[in-house]
Amino acid sequence: MAEPTIDGRVSPLAHLEERMRAAAVTGARGVTLTERPFLTMVNVRVDPASETADRIGKALGAPLPRQCGDTGAAGPHTAVWLGPDEWLVLSRAEASEVTAELRDALGGDPGSVVDVSANRTTLELSGPAARQVLEKGCPLDLHPRAFGSGRAVSTTVGPVAVLLWQADDTPTYRLFPRSSFADHLARWLIDAMSEYHGPEVP
Amino acid sequence: MLLITCPWCGPRDETEYHYGGQAHVPYPETPAGLTDEQWAEYVFYRDNPKGPFAERWMHGTGCRRWFNVLRDTATHEVLASYRLDEPRPELPQAGGNR
Repeated sequence: MAEPTIDGRVSPLAHLEERMRAAAVTGARGVTLTERPFLTMVNVRVDPASETADRIGKALGAPLPRQCGDTGAAGPHTAVWLGPDEWLVLSRAEASEVTAELRDALGGDPGSVVDVSANRTTLELSGPAARQVLEKGCPLDLHPRAFGSGRAVSTTVGPVAVLLWQADDTPTYRLFPRSSFADHLARWLIDAMSEYHGPEVP
Repeated sequence: MLLITCPWCGPRDETEYHYGGQAHVPYPETPAGLTDEQWAEYVFYRDNPKGPFAERWMHGTGCRRWFNVLRDTATHEVLASYRLDEPRPELPQAGGNR
């Protein structure tokens, strides 16, 4: 059993940390897999046409994105589009602070702000071969002409539903599976990464 | 594999969706006044056309919204997809002699 952190939390992939580190590939076909646990995630639901949505955008520092795939980033926060009236705010700030701040912005208007930090965990897949690894099991077109840095969509990788966010052009992808599916996804990715240890098969 | 265009998320694989049966089946206006036969008709009886068919789909791994799809049941061609608050589109090219 993995050691709990100082506050008693155990991340969903703590038991695979060694395996993920060992699976890392370096060089031109390099790719690494790491868990970034305990990221703050706050689910926001509000009518996108309402003043409340604008107010929440102001509280975040960037307007809530209005289209599938778009993200809005400001300071430690990134708002990701989940649905026409639903967003996920990812943040490096404390969950309680972000939730309180957004709840203030919501006021008594129709909508909801819920701390869902424990709902998903974060996997970071990075390196020149990262896109090829994902393309083994993701039905989405991840080529730069269709998908790029700052885009985030809900889709599937292998059999697991994830929120997929491309963070930079390395490329680095952040995958947000539900915690109980994270083990399967991590093992699936480790398996998918293994061929890049060897030379390319022509 | 069908490629279905979600009105909010764009074209995605069929595996991201759930099927919801025939669209545009109205709830009875006077449910209390229905006979058992009429209830059975409402609950169980559905059209089974060969050709364009309006059906409900839900984008389960995406935006989780229900919407309607017009699909040709003979060719599996997805002819149109539209939101629940939009009327069924007229398709002059659907059916016919394609």
